[in-house]
Amino acid sequence: MKNIIFLIIGLLFGIILTKSEVVSWYRIYEMFKFQSFQMYGIIGSAVLVSMVFMQLFKKGVIKNYLGENIITKEKNKGFIRTIVGGTIFGFGWALSGACPGPMFALVGHGFTSILIVLLGATIGAFIYGVLSKKLPN
Amino acid sequence: MEFISQPWPWYVSGPMAAIILLLMNYFGKGFGVSTNLETFCTIGGAGKASDYFKKDWKEQTWSLFFVAGIIIGGYLSSHYLMSSESIALNPDTVTDLAELGFANAGQSYLPAEIFNTENIFSLKGFAILIGAGFMIGFGARYAGGCTSGHAITGLSSLQLPSLLAVIGFFIGGLIMTWFLLPLIF
Repeated sequence: MKNIIFLIIGLLFGIILTKSEVVSWYRIYEMFKFQSFQMYGIIGSAVLVSMVFMQLFKKGVIKNYLGENIITKEKNKGFIRTIVGGTIFGFGWALSGACPGPMFALVGHGFTSILIVLLGATIGAFIYGVLSKKLPN
Repeated sequence: MEFISQPWPWYVSGPMAAIILLLMNYFGKGFGVSTNLETFCTIGGAGKASDYFKKDWKEQTWSLFFVAGIIIGGYLSSHYLMSSESIALNPDTVTDLAELGFANAGQSYLPAEIFNTENIFSLKGFAILIGAGFMIGFGARYAGGCTSGHAITGLSSLQLPSLLAVIGFFIGGLIMTWFLLPLIF
């Protein structure tokens, strides 16, 4: 039953990604060309508002539905993995104009070709998993 | 209704994305999309190839529902909540793209030059689609997250790894946009 809640949150997120035009390849190109404020405004304001929420989680003002404190998972540390991994991700993001969220939204838009991007992303995650112990941190 | 059918400005979209983060956390989960790619691998039997994927994917069912919701949200908004397919681009962007050989920039959400269904059946077209996807999937998992997990969740909780990852996103994105796209197209 609880899964339905996540389906609805995802549905809202899909609508936001579409209505904000984040799903558009052109918006991503424009962002990396510094020719539009749109994407910077979206990510920047999302981060600022989230920062307020994070503080309220930390202080225990906002608790989860069970009344427990909300704890944010710590990200894996490591200079190489974040910079190199991030750069590889950036190549793919700028080429396909879609990060993982928009990829799924575009499947809903009915673009067949995005399924190939999604297949590539799944293969990429698979190869990462296979190599994960050998890659520098 | 006017508001619903028009594209939303950044100061509406950004805070609404933060509300998604709030809702996810309220219901006991973090905000992130790219972990699902690993779950797909686990469901597909990747545990046979690497212990990395030997996980109980059922613990991620909530997240699969989340991405299913994103797909439905994309479907509903593209069918019922959009007044036009076109994107109001900076005229400079349209000129730059015309020089790269992208005709009709901004008249649809995605450029036909990359996303036309026919491209799947050409070697170059297929290589671009699968290669871009590969870099997204590999890069996101190596870095430990994508735009939702690192840029929004990580930066807002002041995590240094996320700042490094976002710097990486931009190093890669800028090199691709400024130097590689003109070579590819």
